Amino acid sequence: MTQISIFEILGPIMVGPSSSHTAGAVRIGLAARKILGEVPKKANIYFHGSFATTYWGHRTDIAIIAGLLGMEVDDPSIPNAKHLACQQGLVFDFHSIDLGEYHPNSVKLILEGSENRVEIIGSSIGGGRIKISSLDGFDIDCDGSYSVLIVKHRDEPGIIAEITEALATHRVNIAFLEVSRKQRGSTALLVAQTDNPITEKIVATVKELYGVLQVRSFPSFF
Amino acid sequence: MELTTAKGLLEQAELTKKSIADLVAEYEAFLTNTTVEHIRLKMGEILGTMRFSIEEGKKDAGKFAHLAKGYGLKTNEARLQGNLIGGPIIEKIIVYSLAVAQSNASLGRIVACPTAGSCGVLPGALLPIAEELQASDEEIIDSLLVAAGIGTISASQGPISGAEGGCQAETGVASAMAAGAIAYLAKGSNHDIFNAASLALQNLLGLVCDPVAGLVEIPCITRNAGAAVNSLVAVNLTFAGVPCHIPFDETVQAMKSIGRLMDFSLRETSQGGLATTPTGKRLYQELREKHRLED
Repeated sequence: MTQISIFEILGPIMVGPSSSHTAGAVRIGLAARKILGEVPKKANIYFHGSFATTYWGHRTDIAIIAGLLGMEVDDPSIPNAKHLACQQGLVFDFHSIDLGEYHPNSVKLILEGSENRVEIIGSSIGGGRIKISSLDGFDIDCDGSYSVLIVKHRDEPGIIAEITEALATHRVNIAFLEVSRKQRGSTALLVAQTDNPITEKIVATVKELYGVLQVRSFPSFF
Repeated sequence: MELTTAKGLLEQAELTKKSIADLVAEYEAFLTNTTVEHIRLKMGEILGTMRFSIEEGKKDAGKFAHLAKGYGLKTNEARLQGNLIGGPIIEKIIVYSLAVAQSNASLGRIVACPTAGSCGVLPGALLPIAEELQASDEEIIDSLLVAAGIGTISASQGPISGAEGGCQAETGVASAMAAGAIAYLAKGSNHDIFNAASLALQNLLGLVCDPVAGLVEIPCITRNAGAAVNSLVAVNLTFAGVPCHIPFDETVQAMKSIGRLMDFSLRETSQGGLATTPTGKRLYQELREKHRLED
């Protein structure tokens, strides 16, 4: 289990009204923007559980948009996020969904930018803390405390070793490493959470490796 | 170093002869690779925002709130006019806690502790006592560290969101944090801190999260005042020698299992409790209609 910072409990300093439904939602939006790696142009937002039934009252809708626009949880412009989104050319749509066993405060985001598209499930787990639980259909577990390298690759021997070696060569220490796949011999996903930032050079190196299909990286969220 | 159980923290305090505040600051400094001075500075910023939110909430007429408007303003005026009863401390606790919770509902800037819905409890209970005791900012910052430690321990073992554990996980944990902080500020022992925290949480176990129209307003704002006064009750029971019997860690475990037994309709879904009373439903419908027209 990741250790909890006391300022996640006595904090964050934020704009109301709800740490889970407002601040957590801003952070999920912000995390999603960072995972996409560019300014989102189109966002389809699917609310699950408590988010689906109470989003309007807690302004979860406005909060997610604020995060997608790059705002932090204490940004005084949060109440105007929808208006600002229209000005900045972000098209968004809200839906309800039953995601099954996910945390009751969860949202699925399908984001499109000029180049990338990403599908994320994020959960707001209390007091403004969040967790990204799924990325492009793969289960991940990422709370934003670390830099993250995500590699989609062929499910073949030796590829994971090459990726971790590339990190080692650049003196990047891995805190957590997860590998998963949809089925044997198809596409697999590697998620490395690291103590050191993932530089563009590392991303370029990993992209060149045999069997690597797609590489994403993003810094710690907070 | 870990900060996951009260038992562990108390043992460490016994072993090292350090205060709970120092141990919590050291934990955070280690976790974030900074210094305890930096942690205390950051906590000073938290204290500043708490004071800011009290002052804002005392003036706020509820422009951005949907249903609950001006509770901080009303109680503050009533206090200044001498219309409240219970003595200056209780009256201040009511005003401060309502002011912060009202500011939150009005999209103001607050400190979530542990959540935004329960943000009035800790500043509302602690700061009036600090003013009464004429405590320095350094002493208040140390008692906020104690509160943060109690909250972190709770979050390590149980839920701190209404969606997972009901209101007990929000105002209950907030009240435990405030009780521990007050016990520390009033020179209680380490044992007193967790006895008071445990009693405060025990008093609020089982409290459901049933917000009217899904807003952090009714009954959330007034529950902040209830939980804040409850902290003072817990501290006074402790100073009188009333034991909590069930230790803090086990109380958190009880809170967690109660949360699991709590029906979905009573965990921040607005599908039960006050939210589905005839009046609760009517208020919701009226707001939805108003919102549709504005869109």
